[in-house]
Amino acid sequence: MPNTLHFLPYFVSGWLFFCGLYGLVSSRHLVHSVMCLAVLQSSTYILLLGVGYRVGGAAPIFADIPPGTVTVDPIVQALMLTDVVVEAVVVALLLAMVVKAHEKSGTVSPDELRTLRG
Amino acid sequence: MREKVRTRVFFIFGGIFLFFFCYSAIDLPPWGSYRGPYGDVIARVSVYERHATDSVNAINYDYRAFDTLGEEFILFAAVLGVMMLLRRDEDETTRNVGKVEDRHPLSTTVRTTAMPAIALTVVFGFYIGLHGQLTPGGGFQAGVILASVPFLLYVCENTESFRRITSHTTVEAIDALGAGSYALIGLASLVLGMPFLSNFLPLGTTGNVFSSGTIALISACIGFEVTAAFLLVGYAYLEEIITGEIPED
Repeated sequence: MPNTLHFLPYFVSGWLFFCGLYGLVSSRHLVHSVMCLAVLQSSTYILLLGVGYRVGGAAPIFADIPPGTVTVDPIVQALMLTDVVVEAVVVALLLAMVVKAHEKSGTVSPDELRTLRG
Repeated sequence: MREKVRTRVFFIFGGIFLFFFCYSAIDLPPWGSYRGPYGDVIARVSVYERHATDSVNAINYDYRAFDTLGEEFILFAAVLGVMMLLRRDEDETTRNVGKVEDRHPLSTTVRTTAMPAIALTVVFGFYIGLHGQLTPGGGFQAGVILASVPFLLYVCENTESFRRITSHTTVEAIDALGAGSYALIGLASLVLGMPFLSNFLPLGTTGNVFSSGTIALISACIGFEVTAAFLLVGYAYLEEIITGEIPED
């Protein structure tokens, strides 16, 4: 039986994914759905940062530590950095869609949205 | 009833997913024992190859610059989408309910704390943006910090200043210029006969603000674009308050 800490970040990430998905499935309000999607997406942050972590590793900034010091993985951090900003704007885009959906159909419940007509 | 069935089905398959997820995660390399070679290689070479002490930004704006260009255009397209969705129709009649008037005098506490905070935020934003190649920071972070300045103004109820700062066409132009100049930097390296988005500027002295070539330049472009993007999104959502016109039913 391995140490629990060895897979705790992976488990937290899976749990966040599960919670976000449950929120999406049971959502009764479109704003709630958008927020659940944000939660679901944040699971990827924990997974990737967990993959790149190294016990005792320094931050990959060599301004005050000598080059060659053992650091955590800078690649996953670079991936996260752009993603956080992009996620914020994508949430804004989805919320704008919610505003329009409410304007066109008068409801914000995903179940009552019946505006798609052939 | 349908909802109950849906939740039950979800829990069955969600449980199966969680079980297999945990089952596979247990055999992953233990947490905190990163062993992939790429991160180590880049952390080792970025200081010598690119004269950038922040290897995260060296990856973002140089080694992975092509990817970041794509992410930047996701940002651009999403802001464009927000503006298109929330725009006014030409034939839509609006009712003027009057602009929000600032109630004077404002609370002295708010004014004395918010004004220095705004000055500090501007300085901090530019510091973070210009030192991205040396210390944690860079264009994305600086953009978000700088975009919060007009909202600080708005919070201390100075709606008129917010209206002036988010004047539409200027911010739109900055957004487009920031996104476009990133691509232009890439094209410039093509003109010089190098691969797309290669670092063609002199690298300078490591640790200097004007070092690391195009990394600093791209970071600045992104800073402008992110600032403008967040201002445009804020403007789109607050338009009714800013212009004082609400759509007629």
